[in-house]
Amino acid sequence: MADAPLRVLIVDDEAPARRRLRDLLADCAGALSLACVGEAANGREALELLHAVSADLVLSDIEMPEMGGLEFARHVLKLPQPPVVIFTTAHDKHAVQAFEVNAVDFLLKPIRVQRLLAALERVPRLKPLSATRLDALAPTARRFLSVTERSRVVLVPVEEIIYLKAELKYITIRTAEREFLLEESLTKLEEEFGHRLVRVHRNCLVARDAIRGFERRVGDEGDAHWEVLLKGITETLPVSRRQQSIVREIGRENQRGGETAAK
Amino acid sequence: MQPIIRQKTLGLELPDLRNLGTILRIVLAVNAMTAVAAVVREPQAELWTAQWLDMTAVVEPHLIVELAILYAISPWLARQTALLAAMVIAAITVIVGVGLHALIGPQYRDVPLAAMRHILLALCVYGALLFYFSLRAKALSPAIAESRLQALQARIRPHFLFNSINAVLSLVRSDPKRAETALLDMADLFRVLMRDNRELVPLADEIELCRQYLDLEKLRLTDRLQVEWHLNNMPGDALVPPLVLQPLLENAVYHGIEPLSTPGVVSINIFCKGGDVHAILRNPYRAEGGSHHAGNKMALGNIRERLKLHFDAEARLESRVRDAAYEVHIRMPYHRAPSKAAREAGLGPDATERPVRARVETNVGTGADRDLDGPALREARSGVSRG
Repeated sequence: MADAPLRVLIVDDEAPARRRLRDLLADCAGALSLACVGEAANGREALELLHAVSADLVLSDIEMPEMGGLEFARHVLKLPQPPVVIFTTAHDKHAVQAFEVNAVDFLLKPIRVQRLLAALERVPRLKPLSATRLDALAPTARRFLSVTERSRVVLVPVEEIIYLKAELKYITIRTAEREFLLEESLTKLEEEFGHRLVRVHRNCLVARDAIRGFERRVGDEGDAHWEVLLKGITETLPVSRRQQSIVREIGRENQRGGETAAK
Repeated sequence: MQPIIRQKTLGLELPDLRNLGTILRIVLAVNAMTAVAAVVREPQAELWTAQWLDMTAVVEPHLIVELAILYAISPWLARQTALLAAMVIAAITVIVGVGLHALIGPQYRDVPLAAMRHILLALCVYGALLFYFSLRAKALSPAIAESRLQALQARIRPHFLFNSINAVLSLVRSDPKRAETALLDMADLFRVLMRDNRELVPLADEIELCRQYLDLEKLRLTDRLQVEWHLNNMPGDALVPPLVLQPLLENAVYHGIEPLSTPGVVSINIFCKGGDVHAILRNPYRAEGGSHHAGNKMALGNIRERLKLHFDAEARLESRVRDAAYEVHIRMPYHRAPSKAAREAGLGPDATERPVRARVETNVGTGADRDLDGPALREARSGVSRG
C-alpha cells in the first residue's frame, strides 16, 4: 500500500468546488502519494467513470442533480472492488447530524487542507459503508435500482420499472425492454417505493402508472381471479385473493384520472 | 425629524389616504356607523332600513366628496405634522357638511338628518376612525413588523453562503481578480441583508442587489444558470420593500436550477402597467422532490406579509405553475421615490449604497468581469433584453 498511490475521484456538480478539491489534493501530494484519477459532475457520471478507471477513494458532494451522493454510495457497492466514499457538504444540517450519529466520514466545505490530509491518511483502514448504514442516512427514495452485469453496474431508472417480482433468490425487474436480476428484499423495496409501486401479489409489486386495467379470468378448476393488464408489455400478472381490494381502488383512481384528462 | 417625534408623543398616525385598503375601511366603517345610528333613531325593525336609506342620502355624498378631497391633498397632508393634518381633515369634514346642507336644504322639505346633528355625527365618526387608524399603525409598525423583518433578514440560506465561499476559495489561486470581485459582491450583499430594512427603497437598488446575488450564483453554477432580464419598461424610481425580489431569486435558483444538470433559465420581467409595478419571476419547475417546498412557502408568506404591511390591499403576490415553469407574480402600487430624498439619502446615513452603484459601473468596463457573466447578464447590463 505504501508504494501504490491513493487513487481519488472527485464528484461535485459545481465546477469551482471540483477545482478547489483538485488544488487541495495537489497540496496533499507532498505528504502522501496520491493521484487524482478523474472528476464527475454527479453520481451517475461518477459510476460511469468508475467502469473505466478504478479508485480507492471517492470524494462526493451530497446534493447533486440526477444522482446525489448518498444514492451514489449505495450503487457503488455493486462494483467488484468498491472504493471508499467520503462525503463533502457545505451545509446540510440533517445530513451532518446523520453522519455523526452513524460515524460516517464527511468533510465540511470549505475544506481545510489539514482535514483533507487526515481523511486521506485514514482511507486505507476504512471499509466501504454498508447498504444498511446508507439506508439510515438517506431519507428519500432512490432514483435508480442498480444491478451487476458482467462486473458492470447497470442503472435502472425507477420510473421505467413496470413490475418487480420475487423469484427464489432474486427479484426480477421488468421494464418495457428487458428484465434485470436484483438482490434485494421485496418488502424493503415496497417501503421505499410505496408511492410508486403497489403490491398485487405476495411476490409482486407493480408500478401504478403501468397498470392498464384488470381482467377477470376463470381457471381450469372454475376458480376465478383478476389479472393485471400492463402498458408496454403483453404479459399479465395475477392478483392474489388477499390483494383483491386494489382492483377496485386503482380502477376508481384510473377512472378519475381519465375524467380529469378528458376535462 | 421633528414631526416624527411629535407624532409619536401624540400617538396620532394618519393612514395613506390613497391606499385602496384605507379607503375601503373608511367606506365600510362610515356605512356601518350610519346603520347603527339608524337603529338608535328607529328601533322598530321594519322601519330602520328605511331610516338608514334616508340617512345615506346625506351621508354618501358627504363621504364621497370628502374622500375625493382627501385623495387630492393626501401628498400635502403627508408633509404636515400629524396634529395639523388631523385638524385640517376635521375642518374639511365640517365644511363639506355645511356645504352639503346648504346645497340640499332648499330642495328637501324634510332633511333626513339635520345639519347640526349630521356634522356632530360626522366628527364623531371621524374621531373614531382616526383613533382606529392610529391604533392600527401602532400595532402594525414597531414591534410586530420589526420582529418579522428581522426574522426575514436572518433567512439567507447557509447553503448559499458556504458554497459561495467555497467557490471564491477555488478562484483565489487561479484568478485572484475574480475572487476579489466576488468577495466585494458578497460584502455588498450581506451589508444589505444585515442593515435595517424597514424603509422602502428604489426598485433600481433592489435590482442591483439581485444582479450581485445572481453574479455570485453564476460563479458557483457557471453555465447552468442562465438569467434573462426584461427591464425595458421598469420604473427604477418605484419604491419597494427591500429584499422583495432577492429571496424569490434565491428560491428560483435553489429549486429551479440546482436540481438540473442541464442549463436552466431564470427570467425576471418587471414593468409598469396601469399605475402598478408588476414583477414576474420564472424558473424551471420540477414536479418531483417535495422536501424543499416548505422553505419556498415560508419565503413567499414572508414577502406577502411585508407587502401587506407596506401597501395593505394594494399589493398582491401570486404563484403558480405554468408550462413546466414556476412563476411568481408581484403587483405593487407605483409610489415614486422623491428625487430630493434620494439625493439626501446619498449624503446621509445610507451612503453605503453609493459605492455599490459605483462598483457596478466599473465592473462593466473590466475585461475580467466579462468572463464572469453569461451572455444574458452582459446583455442586460448594456440595456438590451432578450425576447
